[in-house]
Amino acid sequence: MKSDKVTKQILFAASLIILLTAAGMVFSLIMGAIPVFKEFGLGFVFSNEWDPTEGRENYGALPFIAGTLITSILAIVICLPMAFSTSLFIGEYFRKSAVASVISSMVDLLAGVPSIVYGLWGFYTLRPIIMELGLSPQGYGVFTSGIILAIMIIPYATSLSNEIISMVPNELKEAAYSLGATRMEVVFTVILPNARSGIVASYILAFGRALGETMAVTMLIGNSNVVPDSLFGTGNTMASVIANQFGEADGLKLSALIGIGLLLFIITALVNWIGKIIIKKFS
Amino acid sequence: MTTVAMAEKQVKMEERIVDIKNPVLSIQDLSIAYNKDKYAVKHVNADIKKNAITAIMGPSGCGKSTLLRAINRMHELYPDIVTEGKINLHDDDILKMSTIKLRRKIGMVFQRPNPFPTMSIYDNVIAGYKLNGIKLKRAERDEIVERSLRNVALWDEVKDSLMKKGTFLSGGQQQRLCIARALAFQPEVILLDEPTSALDPVATAKVEDLLVELKKDYTIVLVTHNMSQAARISDYSMFMYLGELVEYDKTKVMFTNPRDSRTEGYLTGKFG
Amino acid sequence: MKAQIELANQDNSSYRKLKDRIFFWFIVVMSVVTISPIVMIIGKLVVKGFRQFNFNFFTQTTPDTFEAMMAVSQGEIIPGGILNGITGSLLVVVLASVMAIPLGVIIGIYLYENQAKRYAGLIRSIADVLQGVPSIVLGLISYLWIVKHVTTGFSALAGSVSLCIMMLPLIIRSTEETMKMIPTSIKEAGLALGVPYYKIILRVLIPTGFSGLMTGILLAISRIIGETAPLMLTTLGSPVVNMNIAKPTSAVPLLIWEFYNDPNMVDLIWSSSLFLMGFVLTLNIISKRIAAKRRTI
Repeated sequence: MKSDKVTKQILFAASLIILLTAAGMVFSLIMGAIPVFKEFGLGFVFSNEWDPTEGRENYGALPFIAGTLITSILAIVICLPMAFSTSLFIGEYFRKSAVASVISSMVDLLAGVPSIVYGLWGFYTLRPIIMELGLSPQGYGVFTSGIILAIMIIPYATSLSNEIISMVPNELKEAAYSLGATRMEVVFTVILPNARSGIVASYILAFGRALGETMAVTMLIGNSNVVPDSLFGTGNTMASVIANQFGEADGLKLSALIGIGLLLFIITALVNWIGKIIIKKFS
Repeated sequence: MTTVAMAEKQVKMEERIVDIKNPVLSIQDLSIAYNKDKYAVKHVNADIKKNAITAIMGPSGCGKSTLLRAINRMHELYPDIVTEGKINLHDDDILKMSTIKLRRKIGMVFQRPNPFPTMSIYDNVIAGYKLNGIKLKRAERDEIVERSLRNVALWDEVKDSLMKKGTFLSGGQQQRLCIARALAFQPEVILLDEPTSALDPVATAKVEDLLVELKKDYTIVLVTHNMSQAARISDYSMFMYLGELVEYDKTKVMFTNPRDSRTEGYLTGKFG
Repeated sequence: MKAQIELANQDNSSYRKLKDRIFFWFIVVMSVVTISPIVMIIGKLVVKGFRQFNFNFFTQTTPDTFEAMMAVSQGEIIPGGILNGITGSLLVVVLASVMAIPLGVIIGIYLYENQAKRYAGLIRSIADVLQGVPSIVLGLISYLWIVKHVTTGFSALAGSVSLCIMMLPLIIRSTEETMKMIPTSIKEAGLALGVPYYKIILRVLIPTGFSGLMTGILLAISRIIGETAPLMLTTLGSPVVNMNIAKPTSAVPLLIWEFYNDPNMVDLIWSSSLFLMGFVLTLNIISKRIAAKRRTI
């Protein structure tokens, strides 16, 4: 039928649009970043000097790359015990019970809170606590951002893991119980080894989320363009420097921000790709 | 049924219960309910003979699996379960023992072979020790693995691939591996829950031969819905129906001369 | 036997049971800790935002700093509202949906029809990668494409393009998953009757999977409605109601950002956030309802 052929062509054409969009994104980012790479070469990636003052402009993305990685790693470390416990709570200990579905929908809700609201909460609730504890004089910094990021990525870390944990066959758990194992031993010797790759993959995807979070971090990290000197020091991430400095940017500075965007794109794509590969291997 | 007839029947039941001297297990007035008023096992009394195979038969839903699981308290994995009565292992009430110790003395094998897929054959056999945090020397471990695998006639088949994953074995080999895993602790009693229902006839025959071999050293309780299997390998048979233990006797006696009409109906294939 | 002796000596059961109990309570306590932020956040929004929630809040545009300062100094609530933000958010989100929903559904159907093809695999991977791209990068892209070349200035259209790219992967994946759940027999019945393929898509596949598609679309909208970062780079903001897609436009999350940066407006932060959060929550609940209903059928 002729109309069938047309229909198929339309479907195919639509798929081309997303292909072109993705290709165009990479192209535009590279084109936009060319001036800054021409000027500084690989020094753009490895220099930690960021100075937009006219005449002695120097752009190095290292502080932001470092800030991004440090806050995200910190976030995943803080998130780990919480997400781990919650997925066991939902997927094993209280599986299929009403209390598990309450906890699970509250965790889902965490994913619905806009980034800027997390930022506000971090600014008005978390920051005073950090100051109170004397961890940092102003309450800003890597640590504060790490905590907020940890809360933000919990839904991503748990959603997949609790599903996979609840899919571990009952027969295997029973085998372990029949050998005299306690529930905790069943968790560590049967459930976790069998759900391992799924859990790892969901943490990787959560890590990918943390890398690109913008608003909440921008509001809490302190926005100093240096490599953070300690856990409680201030810094800046790739996403937040784009958000912060974009307004007044043109010329070489704009190119530098686009260059940071390109690096962020590459890093997050890579992390997500690894996560998806692990999931595919698992299923 | 009149009360007189009921009383008469009760007396007859008492007579029928086989008399077993020095039983390993003694089940006394055991009732189990998954939720209130829904009893899966009702007032079961039975003694289990040492170094014999006791088969539990009955149509599905008759409570035979629940009864078997109660013997090493696996039934407690279901929340809200109610257990009344007593099960004695020699002179100890198992319902008062620690499950950890109990399950070392009474091992279990399940319907579908369930070796741990993340562990090697070797680690599967030794899994009970690992799970229980019992530290063994290398030589002791090797000895236990070899003995257990020899016990289930699997040693010659797998001795060159001990470090491979247990899931690579055939279904029958996997089930024998699971029996070896249960034997590694040298329990007194082994419970088997329809152990051959997922196996082909050849593998089934091997497992049956193995069980007959094993009863020299172990007491075996076997749930089966396969009457001919019970007839072939068991020494004693129980017939359960709707949670009640209807009849319990020497297998030969029960199969040739069932005393209860329900048992007869089941054995002749009228229901089940 | 030697091992048997060892076994008897190594009675660790009470220690292990204690560990098991402690682990259980660790799980419970940590789970409660995990959900406590959401309770605290919503609590804070309700308590602090409730005061500003009035009729004007939804019908007037944002006040200027001076008005707000006067009101605060006299202990009154800040006049005005967030009408320009609400209309702006609606404009941007509707525009993004108009672009993303048909395109996403069509691509999803394409993937469903060509599951085994390598090209389809490529498209699927691209959707996966796009889903992981940080929203700020999408803002940059839309700036480079739309702000610089199409509307030559900050515009609602630029904002909606960045949000559209954000929505696309979510809709594509949910469409494909929904289609996979429709029994092939339904489709084949139509094909066997010689019905044109586009009619099968429009009359069979989409209506049958409607609730699944709706769930995906609502979730995608609830994801983008709170986005701030890409809009900072594209729509910029506007103190007045704007319905021109080529002009700068405000949005509720952008207003929150502005209020946050203006000490006089701080009081408006909470009510705006409460409004935004309520909107997201409602979308979530509706989509869950739809999903639950679907499961029972």
